[in-house]
Amino acid sequence: MSTILIIEQILNGLQSGIMLFLMAAGLTLIFGVMGLINLAHGSLYMIGAFAAAAVAGLTGSFVLALVAAMVAAAIAGVLVEMLVIRRLYATDHLDQVLATFALILIFSEGTRWVFGSFPLFLDIPDYLSGPVTLPGGIQYPFYRLVLICVGLLVAAGLGLLITRTRIGIQIRAGENDREMIAALGVDISKLYTLVFALGAALAGLAGALVGAIQSVQVGMGEPVLILAFVVIVIGGIGSIKGALIGALLVGLTDTLGGVFLPQLFKLFMEPSAAQASGSALASMAIYILMGAVLIWRPTGLFGARP
Amino acid sequence: MIRERTLNGLVLALLLAVPLWAVFNDQPFTITLATRAVIFALAAVGLNIALGLGGLVSLGHAAFFGIGGYAMGILAHHAQTYTPVMELPFLIEGTKSMPVIWLVAMLTSAIAAFLIGLLSLRTTGVYFIMITLAFGQMFYFFSISWAAYGGEDGLLIYVRNGFPGVDTLIPINFFAICFTILCLVLLLNGLLARSPFGLALNAARQTPQRVQTVGLDPQRLKLVAFVLSGVITGLAGALFADLNRFVSPTMFSWQMSGEIMIFIILGGTARLCGPVVGAVVFVMLEHFLGGLSEYWHIYLGALLLLVVLFARGGLVGLIAGREVAHD
Repeated sequence: MSTILIIEQILNGLQSGIMLFLMAAGLTLIFGVMGLINLAHGSLYMIGAFAAAAVAGLTGSFVLALVAAMVAAAIAGVLVEMLVIRRLYATDHLDQVLATFALILIFSEGTRWVFGSFPLFLDIPDYLSGPVTLPGGIQYPFYRLVLICVGLLVAAGLGLLITRTRIGIQIRAGENDREMIAALGVDISKLYTLVFALGAALAGLAGALVGAIQSVQVGMGEPVLILAFVVIVIGGIGSIKGALIGALLVGLTDTLGGVFLPQLFKLFMEPSAAQASGSALASMAIYILMGAVLIWRPTGLFGARP
Repeated sequence: MIRERTLNGLVLALLLAVPLWAVFNDQPFTITLATRAVIFALAAVGLNIALGLGGLVSLGHAAFFGIGGYAMGILAHHAQTYTPVMELPFLIEGTKSMPVIWLVAMLTSAIAAFLIGLLSLRTTGVYFIMITLAFGQMFYFFSISWAAYGGEDGLLIYVRNGFPGVDTLIPINFFAICFTILCLVLLLNGLLARSPFGLALNAARQTPQRVQTVGLDPQRLKLVAFVLSGVITGLAGALFADLNRFVSPTMFSWQMSGEIMIFIILGGTARLCGPVVGAVVFVMLEHFLGGLSEYWHIYLGALLLLVVLFARGGLVGLIAGREVAHD
């Protein structure tokens, strides 16, 4: 086991973590501000990826594809918020789970209807492909490094938006006391739509960025959705900082666990059994992590104490 | 508007009448569909004890459904390959006998539900939904990587298991077994809801503080409800595996948990026969819409949305009005 491999795997873990953050940030904002569980967030991720693949196929431009992904996901988000979600704010979580589960069915089958069942491919543009040499002579795919940087930039931008701008103040106020900020003359329903669109655009961006390294297909959103929920529950619902730390923890645990747990088990088991039980444990690792965090802190690492 | 009790009777009568009609008209597939609906209903009746009575929104009940399924799969697999389940510390043989399988399925589900409940009940609200989901996913991924029992491909059982004195290979007989179990469980559920335990649980859902002041432990009440709920869903899992003669990790998937929850909400939360109505309607939609269009999930989604947005209280609530059965 060389240092190079370890560093490579850590970078892979960071990359998947930071993409999870883009999903989780939207989810946690939507939950924090509106108190809504949005299972359909994975569908917005899928819509972003499909819009990007379609636009890239038509125009050949990756940047335009990313813009299209964000716009399409935001539009879908606004439509969903205005037509369905708006009626659910006052209801309990059970209704929200069911309604957004219904939205998943509609979006998934709708996309299958339009684009067919076969996966689409979104190519990494030439100027972003190929390996780069990092200090220490490590070869690493350039595109994955770009993903990490884009993710960190978005995280920084989101942090600034929340802490420094007027909208950020309204969002934080909305998390604390929505009646009060409504009384102070902030148009709550516009704020909600805006937050929902922002979260949707981030999910769409993540879908397009990840779609270029995996395939773009119906149902791609749900595994990521579950991971993003794990992230926000670990981080504490409503906290952007918690989402970032939770996302990195989950990304690293998942990636490193998959590689190193089988190796670890080989130290004291025969190879085939070690491979099997190591990868079994690795696939459960993040859920074990989440269970452990919740048992230790029932509202997540940075969640509000009840 | 008709009384809920009348509606319950009508639903069960219909559920019994359709397969009987199918026997005389030689429609074995209809009997299979009806059995499927009955088993789904049983799973949902199980979840409804936690969700409807206890207010515990569990998005991880597929764990128990799958445990029941795998209990059947593993025991029957060893019986058909003539290998023992384990030899140390004591010998356990596989079996093809339904009652034994049910017992094992219920016992293992009970243990799992006890452990999951003990840990999950430390949290509330969304966190509870998510932690139960996480436990479900743990079982899902474990079953995928459990190569000894088929891993991702699952286990195929060649012949349906036997029940003393009944030829289970005849579809209507297997239906009768499942239907009888469902009726018994519904009866128990009705008695439970009116029992002191059910009343205390109902109170623990609404105002845990008051329950505490009269000297009852709300957490313990909820834990017992969660275990009962897991046991019934586990039994349904064993029956479902026997219906398909096949178990696979999809029984553990979170979509399965979602579907079991859909049966309840579609039919009506905390209604005695809500889950039954929901499961029957779901299986019918699956069959008829699935025959109409490849994209039937769109219509299912739209229907669910309409129920959530406009028919609070589900289909039972729509037909029988807003009176709540268990008060």
